[in-house]
Amino acid sequence: MDIQEIIQPENLVYERTQCLTDATLSYCPGCGHGVIHRLTMEVIEEMGIQQDTLGVASVGCSVLAYDFMNIDMTQAPHGRATAVATGIKRCWPNKFVFTYQGDGDLAAIGTAETIHTCNRGENLLIIFVNNGIYGMTGGQMAPTTLPGMKSSTSPYGRDVELMGNPINITDMVSRLPGTYFATRQSVHKPGNVRKTKKALRMAFENQKLNKGTSIVEIVSNCNSGWKMTPAESNKWMEEHMFPFYPLGDMKVNGEMVEKK
Amino acid sequence: MGKMKGAVVVDVERCKGCELCIVTCPQQVLANKEAQVNSKGYHYVYMERPEDCTGCTNCAVVCPDGVLTIYRVKEEV
Ligand SMILES: Cc1ncc(C[n+]2csc(CCOP(=O)(O)OP(=O)(O)O)c2C)c(N)n1
Ligand code: SF4
Ligand code: SF4
Ligand code: SF4
Repeated sequence: MDIQEIIQPENLVYERTQCLTDATLSYCPGCGHGVIHRLTMEVIEEMGIQQDTLGVASVGCSVLAYDFMNIDMTQAPHGRATAVATGIKRCWPNKFVFTYQGDGDLAAIGTAETIHTCNRGENLLIIFVNNGIYGMTGGQMAPTTLPGMKSSTSPYGRDVELMGNPINITDMVSRLPGTYFATRQSVHKPGNVRKTKKALRMAFENQKLNKGTSIVEIVSNCNSGWKMTPAESNKWMEEHMFPFYPLGDMKVNGEMVEKK
Repeated sequence: MGKMKGAVVVDVERCKGCELCIVTCPQQVLANKEAQVNSKGYHYVYMERPEDCTGCTNCAVVCPDGVLTIYRVKEEV
């Protein structure tokens, strides 16, 4: 069969969502941020809530998310995204509200905001992209950096004696009463991408219930900061990040998920 | 039984040549244009073996830059 016979409108099975703008993403080639942006926007498109969703970008590589996501967005000072989102959601309780934050933003400078937003059970979604490093500023060590992991400020690897332990913040906040849904996913393989999309869909649907905070963590690569090719970084992520940050649901519908 | 035939359309200017789609494709359909680059200097992706594409969409699903559009049809035999 000729290729041109296949490329017909009635045979279309996948195209870029209209909820992304035409702008070229500012991310490095192969960076997971792009996939996570697309999935968020696909869910918004499928739910038909483009006009009813308000996003809050943070500080980090995704600082320009408002240029890429074709919805109303604002951008919060470093770490303050969930505080800004709290204000927005309380003013417009019927809108869908989410933050988009890196681990440096959410788990370092924004730790207090993150914990208190979840503890208060604000009815919003936190999209948390954990690449174990400060990507934007040049790959410095973050609170999430693994023991032994090299970064520009731990060139010999994170020494926990000197630099402390990494923090598993999603697990921590999942135990707070205000947290309604907490899960950890990845976007490095087609199956994982599809699971992440399901989790995001559930998190947006949760806002209709008004039952509390949803947090979707996505363990992602920072191939530039890790100094690897995109394919190598995904493999490294499987081997090193997943044992410390295991994938799966932590809390669903307000109930902790029993670990087998 | 019909066989699934697919086709991938590449938005050449959007592609950053990261190769994630290439390593993800179960049929080894895709490859980088080694001798050609887009206006940003990236070796963009193309269907090197179009006859093997099943239109499974895996490549488009992992692409960070929304470069790939997929078409699929059941070939009657
Ligand atoms: C108040 C303040 N302190 C520090 C900075 C510098 N800064 C910019 S981005 C960033 C860390 C971003 O890392 P992360 O949140 O993990 O996102 P990534 O870039 O990895 O996606 C820091 C510390 C800043 N912009 N504002
Ligand atoms: S520095 Fe890291 S997180 Fe930032 S765009 Fe590049 S790969 Fe992605
Ligand atoms: S995954 Fe996307 S950006 Fe990367 S090489 Fe393939 S088409 Fe290009
Ligand atoms: S649609 Fe499937 S078979 Fe075709 S190129 Fe993409 S991954 Fe390969």
